[in-house]
Amino acid sequence: MNPPPGDALAAPWWDATRERRLLVQTCGACGHRQHHPRLLCTNCGGTDALGWTPCAGTGTVDSFTVVHRSPEPERQVPYVVARVRLTEGPILLTNLVGIEVDDSILGAGVVLAWSPLPDGRNLPVFTLATEA
Amino acid sequence: MTVAVVGVAESDLGHTGASVLALQVQAVTRALADAGLALRDVDGLATNGVGRFPTTALADYLGLTPTWVESSFVGGSAFELYLARAEQAIGAGQAEVVVISFASDQRSSRSRRLGGTVDEALPEAQFEAPYAPLYPISYYAMAAQAYLHRYGASREDLAAVAVEARRWALLNPAAFRHDAGPLTVADVLAAPPVSTPLTALDCCLVTDGGGAVVVTSLERARDLRRPPVAVLGCAEATSHTTMASCDDLLDTGAQRSGATAFARAGVQPGDVDLAMLYDSFTITPVLSLEALGLCAPGEAAGFVAAGHTGPGGTLPMNTNGGGLSYCHPGQYGVLLLVEAVRQLRGECGRRQVPGAEVAVAHGTGGILSHCATVVLGADR
Repeated sequence: MNPPPGDALAAPWWDATRERRLLVQTCGACGHRQHHPRLLCTNCGGTDALGWTPCAGTGTVDSFTVVHRSPEPERQVPYVVARVRLTEGPILLTNLVGIEVDDSILGAGVVLAWSPLPDGRNLPVFTLATEA
Repeated sequence: MTVAVVGVAESDLGHTGASVLALQVQAVTRALADAGLALRDVDGLATNGVGRFPTTALADYLGLTPTWVESSFVGGSAFELYLARAEQAIGAGQAEVVVISFASDQRSSRSRRLGGTVDEALPEAQFEAPYAPLYPISYYAMAAQAYLHRYGASREDLAAVAVEARRWALLNPAAFRHDAGPLTVADVLAAPPVSTPLTALDCCLVTDGGGAVVVTSLERARDLRRPPVAVLGCAEATSHTTMASCDDLLDTGAQRSGATAFARAGVQPGDVDLAMLYDSFTITPVLSLEALGLCAPGEAAGFVAAGHTGPGGTLPMNTNGGGLSYCHPGQYGVLLLVEAVRQLRGECGRRQVPGAEVAVAHGTGGILSHCATVVLGADR
């Protein structure tokens, strides 16, 4: 798979993935957390106090879908696309990997996993949390 | 100022082999003929999907020099938005006769891509495209999954939306699936899965097609050849464009656009005789029925499955057969208006809703990104 393009705004986010750390953008003025990163805070409109917060790597499945038709020749089906609500608040679009899918996974706890990209970056994906 | 739709038409539909401009010309000239107006009467034009400069391109091709144009691009709900803008423009004296049109050759040109088209300059390219969601299917699929989970609604009832659309299409000779025979819930569930829980038969058609509507003041409309259909109230809501931005998949802008449009129209949801609700996927009109106040939360799929929106039902919905069984040229919203107007004029033959006086046309664009509601009324 081709690595997604990065840009200056998102460079710290992508660089952190090289060390398998997941960040969310955080506004130091109002405390709002947002994903994807932007040049302003969508809560207070501030542009001067944007920084990054490390994530615990946990969340819940907001919803999911199993894709059965490949949009690109190199991608094998089926695979799972999901919205994961991070413990820190923001929702990420992601893939769920290494799981048996049934309806009960909606709302289930998930933990961060990583899918390597050819250039050394990693793509954050998730797998089901195992019961302690 | 109250405005009215005075002419409507479809272009050729289905697998036409015709170009976008050829279909646009059909739609515009047929709608003007329906209205009894000429091209030289047109001073306002709203369209998209004609090259990079849609309104100047189409105006040039038609030989028009309009004083007002509009081409906001919000997905398939654009045409309900254009009608709202046309109402404002005519009221402000910026235009007297507005043509709203659209056409697509997407089936003939095989231009549709499962993953959609990702703009490299937008955040989706970095943060969503790597996960390969089908666009827009996977978003609606996640909304459907959330709907089934939250309300304990049955998958079979969701499939009934496609079944009921087919029942209407069997009554509409212009429908792509007019001759395809009836559909069953079992057929929908057994169709190839695309993005679960949605199968191929939960998804709208991919066809060529287009349409046009002609709008002018109600005062002028009363002197024209067709019974006017008054625009009673319009409203819209924009919510998001990425798949992760919206906090609640089931909280669509339709609640806001619907409540405002009904209030502006002075109409209650219970007054609606006909619902034309964009059915890109089976889940889409289910969410709209509830958001517009036509059904209680969690009850719309069961309402459809009980036959209430089908022929002879208490709330006829998508009487042309919808995007699911009639025509879906990529942006279907203009055809919602065409059917609503024809029903309010009483010219729909076997599928006519008896005595229809109030219709709601509700467009849903992108991935539930933009909603636009129009309430229309027969001028009797």
